[in-house]
Amino acid sequence: MILYTLKRIVALVPLLVVISFLTFILNGLSPMNPAEVVLHAQGVPTITEELIASTRVELGMDRPLLVRYGDWLLSCLQLDFGNSYITGKPVWSLLGPALLNTLKLTIISSLFIIVISIVLGVVCALKEGKWMDLSIRGISFFLTSMPAYWLAALMVWCFAVKLDLLPTSGMGSAGSYVLPVMVIVIGYAGIYFRVIRSSMLSNLNDDYVLYGRACGMSEMKLTLYVLRNSLQVAVSVFGLAFPIILGSTVVVENIFAWPGLGTLTVKSILGRDFPIIQAYVLVLAVAFVLFNTVSDVMNVAMNPRLRKEL
Amino acid sequence: MKLFDRFLKDRLAVASLAVVAATLLIGLCAPLIAPHPPNEVNLELRFASASWTYWLGNDHLGRCILSRLIYGIRPSVLWVLAALGAAAFFGAVLGFVAGYFRGRTDAVLMRLCDVMLSFPGYVMTLAIVGMLGAGLTNILLAFVVMKWAWFARVIRTTVMQYADADYVNYAKVLGIGHLGIMKRHIAPAALPEIAVIASSAFGSMILQISGLSFLGLGIEAPHAEWGMMMNEARSVMFTRPELMFAPGLAIIVVVSSVNFLSDALQKALDPKLVLSGKRASILNGKILRGLRKKEAA
Repeated sequence: MILYTLKRIVALVPLLVVISFLTFILNGLSPMNPAEVVLHAQGVPTITEELIASTRVELGMDRPLLVRYGDWLLSCLQLDFGNSYITGKPVWSLLGPALLNTLKLTIISSLFIIVISIVLGVVCALKEGKWMDLSIRGISFFLTSMPAYWLAALMVWCFAVKLDLLPTSGMGSAGSYVLPVMVIVIGYAGIYFRVIRSSMLSNLNDDYVLYGRACGMSEMKLTLYVLRNSLQVAVSVFGLAFPIILGSTVVVENIFAWPGLGTLTVKSILGRDFPIIQAYVLVLAVAFVLFNTVSDVMNVAMNPRLRKEL
Repeated sequence: MKLFDRFLKDRLAVASLAVVAATLLIGLCAPLIAPHPPNEVNLELRFASASWTYWLGNDHLGRCILSRLIYGIRPSVLWVLAALGAAAFFGAVLGFVAGYFRGRTDAVLMRLCDVMLSFPGYVMTLAIVGMLGAGLTNILLAFVVMKWAWFARVIRTTVMQYADADYVNYAKVLGIGHLGIMKRHIAPAALPEIAVIASSAFGSMILQISGLSFLGLGIEAPHAEWGMMMNEARSVMFTRPELMFAPGLAIIVVVSSVNFLSDALQKALDPKLVLSGKRASILNGKILRGLRKKEAA
């Protein structure tokens, strides 16, 4: 087990290097010369060839690619992602607080998603084929086909404008969490409860349940056993879900003017503020990879059947 | 054609197939069907409600909402389908190569896929759009760049099942070339599965592209696109909420039909799934694989 964990950690290193390199050369994709972008962003009135050339030297862009990559990686490890092209402030001073706000939103939403999908999944599996199962699945099917922003607009219109219960945007009081969290939870719980449901169902039809029932074990106790086994799937599912939710709050944040990563990124994309976009991609990709590894390791720790294959 | 027969028995599936086919057809023939040019500005008709000439009313520039909705099918559905097709094609080619030849080719390709898949989908799209600039072409490009790896991974698994089959080994012994075996013995078996995989990604792609357009990262201004139409309607959301309903409902109808269709295809392909409650035991691994598909989508 410890060996497996170590192996996974060692395997992370090359992956992280490749990811960071890809993120680094992402800048080169842009059809515009970065020096030119900087000058544009700073509002320099007339941009001459010489000015571009001198800015290039100033930004250190005339050095070989690998040297620049090394420097960039070292400073990134110290959370120094350079300065924003537009405001000139360090990227981390903008990204850090935004990341924190997005994390708050994501953690609260994830907790609700986990609880709601487990409850719905278990209820649907135990009532399989009955009206309860059918109606929950029908409603969730409909809800997951809805665009998040449409749902959000509908909710703002209903709860904030008509009923005047909750704030429409920003991140002031606890009430401002309600609508964004609701939109995120509806989108994801509808997907994840199905996973819990099918995992419960496959366990319910397993031989050990039949055996337990034949031995006269009470239904309550059997359900608990099945639940415990089904939750193994849940662990790996939710481990993977967290970074996905973290990365896809973009639309919701923009609608509710949540001062998080999504709002910052879309603003940076429209303003062509490359260092922020680059830092955003790097932070989220690293988080994604780390979470994948943690959830894999946890899964193996919990499920002895997987350990045999190592 | 057992697959097709089973599929036709499912009435809901046939209905959703009809909806999707009709949407595609209307989108293709938009100039013939739309009652007005989609970008015709008519300021006297600003926010006019439904009338006999303008069935769904007019937007903030007096443009015909119905016509814009019809023309909006092109970027919102047709182009997404094209991007999906391109990604599935690249993924299928690489997946076939990796799954059939195995060995070092497979290892290299799969490591490449690992790297691509370690960027969460939304983040990758935003990164590419961020670097290349906003616009429909760049979003579609981002989709292809992002999705091929996922297709390659899933299709490789499918191909591997067949590449080891006895009839394939027999064909090899007979001296049939690799290309011939792939074309004659593996592709026909793998294609329905590829169709299911692709259709399961279609719905979420439509949602994503309209979401990006809604944020202003998608198609440029005068063109009609469903997400964009909702973005334009957002400013008058509180006074004229019905302007948001038309494109919203269009998306819901198309996306849920696509999702139904994909579920039905999957059931037709693997009837065991329908019996899941009674007999078939789906192992944890299978559920997880299905889930990975969902995530990538």
